[in-house]
Amino acid sequence: MTRFLRLIGRDLRLALRQGSDASIAVMFFVLCVVLFPFGVGPEPNILARIAAGVIWVAALLASLLSLERLFQNDYEDGSLELLSLSTLPMEAVVLAKTLAHWLVTGLPLIAAAPLLALLLNMDAEGFGVLVLTLLVGTPILSLIGSIGAALTLGARRGGVLLSLLILPLYIPVLIFGAGAIDAALNGLTPRPHLLLLGGLLAGALPLAPWASAAALRQAVE
Amino acid sequence: MAVSFWAVSFWHPGGLCYSSHRPDHRKSPPVAMPVFAGSALTCLRGDRLVFTGLDFRIAPGEALFLLGPNGSGKSSLLRVMAGLLKPIRGQLSWDDVPVSDDPDAHRGRIHYVGHLDAVKPVLSAVENLSFWATLGGAADPRGNALRALDRLGVPHIANVPGRYLSAGQKRRLNLARIIAAPAALWLLDEPTVALDRAAIALFEEIIAEHRAAGGMVAVSTHVDIAMPGARNLHLDDFTPVLRGVDDEVGDEDEEHAA
Repeated sequence: MTRFLRLIGRDLRLALRQGSDASIAVMFFVLCVVLFPFGVGPEPNILARIAAGVIWVAALLASLLSLERLFQNDYEDGSLELLSLSTLPMEAVVLAKTLAHWLVTGLPLIAAAPLLALLLNMDAEGFGVLVLTLLVGTPILSLIGSIGAALTLGARRGGVLLSLLILPLYIPVLIFGAGAIDAALNGLTPRPHLLLLGGLLAGALPLAPWASAAALRQAVE
Repeated sequence: MAVSFWAVSFWHPGGLCYSSHRPDHRKSPPVAMPVFAGSALTCLRGDRLVFTGLDFRIAPGEALFLLGPNGSGKSSLLRVMAGLLKPIRGQLSWDDVPVSDDPDAHRGRIHYVGHLDAVKPVLSAVENLSFWATLGGAADPRGNALRALDRLGVPHIANVPGRYLSAGQKRRLNLARIIAAPAALWLLDEPTVALDRAAIALFEEIIAEHRAAGGMVAVSTHVDIAMPGARNLHLDDFTPVLRGVDDEVGDEDEEHAA
C-alpha cells in the first residue's frame, strides 16, 4: 500500500513540476466550450439546450488529449520496465497512474464545469447534477483511456490511433452523463442515469487496470 | 480481480529489515542455499531464433559473465532471467522451483539494470532514488538512497534535478538503485556504459561485496570488469545461425543483428 501511494505521489509531483501537462487539459476544455457560442450563435435558448452535451463532449476530448502521455514518458525512459519488475502488481501500477492522471486532469475539469455552464446559460438547477455526473464520469474516461494508452504505447502516431480506439468506448458515458443533466433540467429524476454511470465506473475500476496491465506487459517485452 | 491484486500488493518479500551493505541471507532459509538456474532455454524475437538449448546455473556468491558479439542475445537472456521476456521453450528455476509458479516472488528478488537509466528529469537524484528504494521494499528509502549515492561516489548530486546530470552520473544513479534496496540476484546489462575508470573500480568493489554476502550476479559487458572467479557463458555457442543451418538466412540475420 505504501508503494501504491508513493507511486501516486511521484506521478503527482511529476505532473505538478512539469506544470504544462496538467493545465493544458483544462485550458483545452474551456476553449473548446467557449468556441460553441461563436459557432451556433449567441441565442440563449439554443445554448441552454445544448449546454450539457457540449460540456460533456469537451470533457471527453480534453481527457483524451492528456491520455497519450499516461505511460509514454515512463515507457521511453525505462521506468515502466522497472515498474513491471517491482513487486507492485502491474494492475496496481496502472490504477495508481490512472488515479494520479485523474487527480491532475479530471478534477480541474470538474471545477471549471459550473463556470462554463453559466456561460452557456444552463439553468442553475442542472449545476449540481453536472458536477455529480462529471465526478462519476471522468474517472471512467481515465480508466477506459488507460487501456488505449497502454495498447498504443510505442506505436507511431499513437495519439491518433488512441482517439480512434477510445472515442467509441466513451459513447455510453456521454449518453448517461448528458442524459442525467437533461433529465434534471426537464424536471425528471437523474437517478437512473447516475446509477448507470455508477455501474460503468464499478465495471471499469477492476476491468480497465486488468486490460491495461496485460497490454503493458506486452509493451515492455 | 480487484480484490486479489490488493491482497498481493500488501505482501512484500522480506525487505523490511535491511542495512545497505548486508543483504539477503536472512531472506532465504539458512539451510537450503538458493540456486538460480535455467535449462534448455530458447528465445525467439520477432521471427528470429536468438538462442536455443541454453543452460545456466548461478549459486549464491557466484557471478556469470555473458559474452558474445552484438546480437548474440545477451540482453535477451537477461530479460528472460528477469521475467520481462518469456522464453518459448525451457524453464527458469529458483531453488528447483519453477519461476513461472510464482513470478511475484521472483520479481522481489531481482534487480535489473537495462540500457535506460529511468531518471526523471524534474526529480532530484535522491528523489528518483528513494522512489525506487520504496518500491524495492527498503525500510528507510531516503536514508538508503543517500548512502547508496555516497557509495557510488556521487553524494554531491543528491539534490541536483535529473535533467542536469551527465550520462555518467545518470548511470551511477541507476547503479545506486540496486544497492538502495535489497535483492539477491542482480541482472546487469552493460552496466559500465558511460562510466569512468574510477566508477568501474567502485562498481567492481560493490559487486564483490554483494557476492561476499551471498548475492548472485549476471553481467553482460564489452568492457573488462574484474569479477574474480566469475563463470563465462558464451552466447554464440547457442546461436542457431552460427551452427550453419541455412547460410542465406544466416547472412541476413547477422545484418539485422548488427
